[in-house]
This record gives sequence, C-alpha cells and structure tokens, in this order.
Amino acid sequence: MTASDRAPVLEMRGVRKAFPGVVALDGVDLTLEAGDVHMLLGENGAGKSTLMKILSGAYRKDAGEIRFNGQPVDIDSPRDALALGIRVIYQELNLVPHLSVAENIFLGALPTRDVFGTGLPIGIVDWRTLYARASRLLADLEMTFDPRTPVARLGIAQRQMVEIAKALAVPAEASAAAHLGVSILVMDEPTSSLTSREVSQLFSLIERLAARGVSIVYITHRLDEVFRIGRRITVLRDGRHVATRPIEGVSVPELVRMMANRDLTEHFPKVTAARGPELLRVERVGRSGALSDISFSLHAGEVVGIAGLLGAGRTELARVLAGADGYDEGRILVDGREVRFRQTADAIAYGIGLLPEDRKAHGLVAGLTVARNIALPHGRRLSRFGLLPRRSEAAMAKPITDELRVKATPTQEVRLLSGGNQQKVVLGKWLAGDVRIFIFDEPTRGVDVGSKVEIYNLMNRLTARGAGIIMVSSELPELLGMSDRILVMHRGRIHAEIDRGDATEERVLTAALGLAS
Amino acid sequence: MTVASSAAPPDAGRDRAVAARAPSEHGLILSARQFGTVIGLAVLCAVLWILTPHFLTVSNLLNVAEQTSINAVVAVGMTFVILSGGIDLSVGSIVALSGVVLGTALQGGQPLYVAVPLALLAGLACGLANGALISWGGLPPFIVTLGTMSIARGAALLFTEGRPVSGFDPSFRVIATGRVGFVPSPVIVMALVYVVAHFVLTRTTFGRYVYAIGGNEEATRLSGVAVRFHKTMIYGVSGLASAVAAVVLTARLNSAQPIAGMMYELDAIAATVIGGTSLMGGEGTLGGTLVGALIMGVLRNGLNLLGVSSFLQQIVIGGVIVIAVLLDTVLKRKNRT
Repeated sequence: MTASDRAPVLEMRGVRKAFPGVVALDGVDLTLEAGDVHMLLGENGAGKSTLMKILSGAYRKDAGEIRFNGQPVDIDSPRDALALGIRVIYQELNLVPHLSVAENIFLGALPTRDVFGTGLPIGIVDWRTLYARASRLLADLEMTFDPRTPVARLGIAQRQMVEIAKALAVPAEASAAAHLGVSILVMDEPTSSLTSREVSQLFSLIERLAARGVSIVYITHRLDEVFRIGRRITVLRDGRHVATRPIEGVSVPELVRMMANRDLTEHFPKVTAARGPELLRVERVGRSGALSDISFSLHAGEVVGIAGLLGAGRTELARVLAGADGYDEGRILVDGREVRFRQTADAIAYGIGLLPEDRKAHGLVAGLTVARNIALPHGRRLSRFGLLPRRSEAAMAKPITDELRVKATPTQEVRLLSGGNQQKVVLGKWLAGDVRIFIFDEPTRGVDVGSKVEIYNLMNRLTARGAGIIMVSSELPELLGMSDRILVMHRGRIHAEIDRGDATEERVLTAALGLAS
Repeated sequence: MTVASSAAPPDAGRDRAVAARAPSEHGLILSARQFGTVIGLAVLCAVLWILTPHFLTVSNLLNVAEQTSINAVVAVGMTFVILSGGIDLSVGSIVALSGVVLGTALQGGQPLYVAVPLALLAGLACGLANGALISWGGLPPFIVTLGTMSIARGAALLFTEGRPVSGFDPSFRVIATGRVGFVPSPVIVMALVYVVAHFVLTRTTFGRYVYAIGGNEEATRLSGVAVRFHKTMIYGVSGLASAVAAVVLTARLNSAQPIAGMMYELDAIAATVIGGTSLMGGEGTLGGTLVGALIMGVLRNGLNLLGVSSFLQQIVIGGVIVIAVLLDTVLKRKNRT
C-alpha cells in the first residue's frame, strides 16, 4: 500500500540453531513479502517450529541474520518480537476458559481507569473501554460473537478465532500504526480441529488480513490447504532449506517429493482386504443429547470411515463403542453376541481398542516410557501375582516398536517423542493385545506425511490380518482414500452410507451438511 | 438512548449498552451453580429451626455470624489462592504468629494504631515469602506453605516461650465486643473484608489475573502478564487476610495464643470448596466462600445447640464437606454431558 517498492517485511538468512546432539536448523532462509500467505512445509522434525521459535524470540539463533523491513534486527526475547509486530498462534490454544472473550483478547493489557486519583497501584478494570475495544476488533474481523461470553462456552473453532483476535489486538497507544500493529502472523496448524465450514471462515479471515498487508506464515500438513490459500511455499527438510517457490506451477507429487525426499507415488496405499465375518453390529444405539438411532455393522477386513462435521457425534460414537461412555438405547453385538460395556476394560476384553482423538490427553501417559505405555492396557495379562515385571513389558513392546518403526527405545519417556512417533505408540498399545476391532479417531492429525503413510500401511496390515477398523476423520481425502464404506453423521444420526466406489468429496460433504444426497 | 436494539449498528450507543451490562457479568456474587450452596444453607437453617427453636433467634444468628467471621476472613485469602490454582496450608500458623506480634506489641504499651499494622505486616510478610518461594523458587505451593505452617508456628511458640500473651488495654477489646447498631464488630470487619476483596477480585486487573492464572497460567504468561509478581501478591493477600483474622481472634480471646489457629487451614479450604471454588483454579466466587463459611458455622452452632458431642461433630462436619463437594462434582459431570 505504501510507496517503498520495497524491501521484504522479513528476511531470515542462513539461520542456524543447534541443540545438544542435534542441528535443528542449518542455514535456513525465509523471506516474507507484505501480504504474503507463506506456507511453511516439512515433515515433523524438519525445523519449522524451531524456525518460528527463533522468529518469535522463544529461541536464540546460533548464527544467521534477520532483517525486518530491510533493517537488521536482533530478536532476543518474545518482547522484541512483539515490538516488531510478530505474533504467533500456537498449536495448543492459549486461552483462559472462565474469563470472557474480551478479557482473553486483552489479557496482558486490560484497560484501567483511575478512580481514587493517581498513584494507586491497583488498576480498576475499565469494562466499558474493554468491551468497546473488543467489539470494535471483533467487528473489524467480522467475527460475530459477544465479547462478554466466557471462552468456556465457545466451541473450538470460535476459540481459535478468539486466539487470532488476541494475536491481532494491540494496546490502544499503538493502534494508530499501520496494519493493526501486526506485521507477521504465524499460524501453526490452525485447522487441525476445525470442520470444513470453519476452515473456510478462517481462510477468508486470512485473506482479509493479507489484503491489509499482514504477512502470514502458515504451517500445515494438509496439502489441500497449501493450494487453497498459499501464495508462496518454503519447504524445509532435516533442518535445511529445500525450496521457496510461488505456489503456481507446484504440483502435489512435487511438493510431497520435496518434503519427503522419497516419492509417495500412492498417496493412499489402500489395499482392499477380503471381507470376512461380521465382527461388530450396532443396532439402533442412542445416547441422550448425543446420538440417536445408530445402526451399522463392521466386518473383518473392512475399514468403515465415519465422516461428519465437528459436533456431529463422531467422537461420541467412538467413545460409546470403546466403552468409555454408556448408551441409553439399542444393542451392540460383538461376534453376534450382545455385549454391554460398563467400562473400557470390558470393551478391551471383547477386542475393541480406541485410538483417541486427543492423544496427549487420552491416549498416552506422557511421563511413562514407551514400553509401559504399550503394555498399559494389557496389565492383567502380563502381571504375575499382581506384579508387573519390567522385562515382560519390554518384551511386549520391542517387536511392536520395530514393526511401527518408532524412532525411540522402549525405555524412553513418551513425552520426549515427536507427534508422529507418539501416535505410533498409541497404535502400538492396541497391536500388542488381541484387538480385532480398532476405532481410530483422527488417526493422522498433526502427523507428518511420512508417518501418515506408515499409519495407512499399518491399517492395511491390520485388515489383512482380519481386523476391522472404524476410522473417524475430518480429512475427506483420507476418508475417501482408505475407507471401504463411509458413514456420514449429522446431528447424532447416520445421515448417509456411501460405498467406496460411489464416494466423492461432494457426496460426503453434502450428507455431512445434512442435505439429501 | 432509547432502546438498545440488537439491530442497531455497532456505534457508541451499543458500546455503552455493552459496558452498562459489564459489571453484572463479572461482578457476580454467586454463580448459578453456587446458588445450590445457598439453597443448602437455607435447608440446613430450616432443619435446625425445626429441631431447635432457639436457632432462629436474632441473638443466636448474630452469634453464628460472629463465630463464623474469623474463618470467613481467613477463607477470603484462601479463595484468592485456590482461584489461582494454588493452596495455602500456612494460614493457621500465620494467624498465631500475627496474633503473637500484636499481643506482644500491645503488652509493650504500643498503641493500637502501631500494634495492628505491625500484626498485618507480619502476616503479609509471611504470605509474600510463601508467594516468592512459589513463584521464583518454582516450588509447589503445597510444600512451601507446609514448611511455612511449621516455621510460623514454631516462631510464634519460640517468641512467647509457649505462653499466651495477655494484659491489654481494655480499649483493644472493642474490636471484639463493640457493636455498630446491633451488629457485633467482628461481623463488621468480616463484611468490610468481603466488600473490599470482592471489589478487588471482580473489578481490578489484579483480580482478573487471579482467575487468569488459575485458568491457564501459561496463556497468562504469554499474554505479557507478570505472573510471578501477581502470584506472590496472591499469597500476600492470604497472609494479610490471616493477620486480619488474628486481630479479631486476639481481641475475642483477650490474649494472643501461640497455639491459636490450629486447623484453620482446613476450615478455610472447606469453606472455599463448599462455596464452589474449583480446586483446579480459575473458577469460583467470594460470595460462594462466604456461604461456605456460613454453612460450616451454622452446622457447628446447630450441633452445639442440639447437644451433639464435639467428637461426633467432627465426623458430621467432615461428612458434610465430602458430600458437598461430591454433589458439586456429580452436578458438574451431568452438566457436561
């Protein structure tokens, strides 16, 4: 908009960062133009997060140069980055649930008024100014919720919007400056918990921001998003800069090749297994307020995909099937016999294993070792006289970590592993037992391309062995690519059942939106 | 300024309408859920009224309020701490130490306006020391305040050689025996503490940061809030509240006892938790805590009136605490699903 034609907003040159034993970044470059929507790509561990932490002042670089609007700058602390107008939205949402939207947006800088004259150190919150400012900001960003709502009452997508508003909020003094006072906005996988409609909302917001000259760095594992909103891409691999290109003329296979350095010729290596006997039958199951009239069956060798928007009841269904929640009506039959789960242990005893949506919260005990996590559901079987010998845990875990190619030893603590490896450990928990019915809730969320393919291959091996898989996913390509049948949920019901041959993105989406297919 | 219709464009008028409603959102004395606690208190009172007619007399109710005041004041500090996601086990010992400081100063002939601030300062200092160790030392609140619990108690005993301090100027007793109209002065003190603390908690940035730290400490830190400073202050508030309670207690007993305030931490935690403040932090109100303290006080009083032995009283009160929290948890779980 302004004249200066024109130094890039940001130039990072030859950035290097080493941690004890690892070189995380080795001479990485990143250039951002004003209004750029720059996709930062690479597998887990490629160095994306480290680079962004250097940009945001959380880490200090060992070598390299950063120029901001052509001027060399030092970013030694988060405060320096904030002063330059650099904002980062982290993957974990950072909001305070019981405070209002407005309070969250302006948390570090609540406006105060002076009531008792000057000098008193207690700031009396000026609610009028706070809400007025928040309303203005939300209106400006075309967000439609009330700034007085407690964040706890918002859905995940709305919280994400609040997070963005928060990143864009600036203290009143600075608001005269250009571009809302924000020059660079970094988003780390912002869509991982959004449904497609919400993703569209987010994308139109990104476009509006870019139009105002805000440069956006966007980290994602979803290639469709890259092509939808990206203007330029930078690919990192093993801490090195691979390429920076305009999005025009880049193809998916090319992108995958740049990221993975190996051709993933088949994105979804689906192998259709022979359909065996019925493993699971669900008849008219309902749970008040969440599910109603759910009926379907799962056969050995089959992958049944479950599609639907956020809140359609997919996770609720997964939890009922895994015995984590109860149901009020209907029957569940395993191998033709009616079963009743009172707790997850009952479902496990019938060979049902759940890979939960939120692996950190529900799938893993982060402080325990890989081996102990894998052995966790099998304590009854492994224990001798109530004792659990460490050796038998390790013996159980070793072949599994080998099969899944977990890059860790069984005695390593799980919290030290990368996202992809953690997900493999969760999978490993169920491979160890006699599980024949797998429920995968968002199995590849936050997982890099290479690990995704390994997880898909694993699903193929499981079905070949005669297991049945129920896969809940928000990623349509994954559902279409890996499922034999897709059940589309809408408002707690199964709205449509679509066979692999007939399934298209349009059909699934139409049904998920509750429209007749 | 006619009707604030939602169809009106987002102009200053709407902003004003928004602002006008603001205090009611954040200044809630009781949240909807804590309303249940009030009902619990009412039911308890009704039962006691039926069982013993003496319960619902003005003199007895004032008596209950007076007896409750000390625990209620200590519980104010506890509420700040628990809201921020911490715990303070040292409040009872701080009551004793502050009381001993007060008593010694008074005995030494210091006037009230010197002795009382000294006592408050002693309590504040203990609290700030707790807070500093927790925030800058990175130690768990449980351990730090457990240590202070023993240190402050030991200091009070050492200072007095284990003997009560007494022999004060009669004017001091006004703090306990005085009345404004028909309301005993300890109840006035309690009311003042609640009004001020409620204002701080709901209207000041410090108060909002108490909730923010308890709700998501990391997010608060990333938002540029000086979390360590504010946490230190929170424990300071707790120490200060304990010292205020110590002043009232010393006046009531007309002597400062180094063994005073035993188990006060449990009563204060119980009042806070019965009042609906989440032990996880971030959620709760002072109104709830006051009702919680009143439930404890009414229960004690009622059991006394009924002639229940003090041994049995302990069992009943313990049971009530657990049942209150159990009910709360069950209701919360129901609301969630």
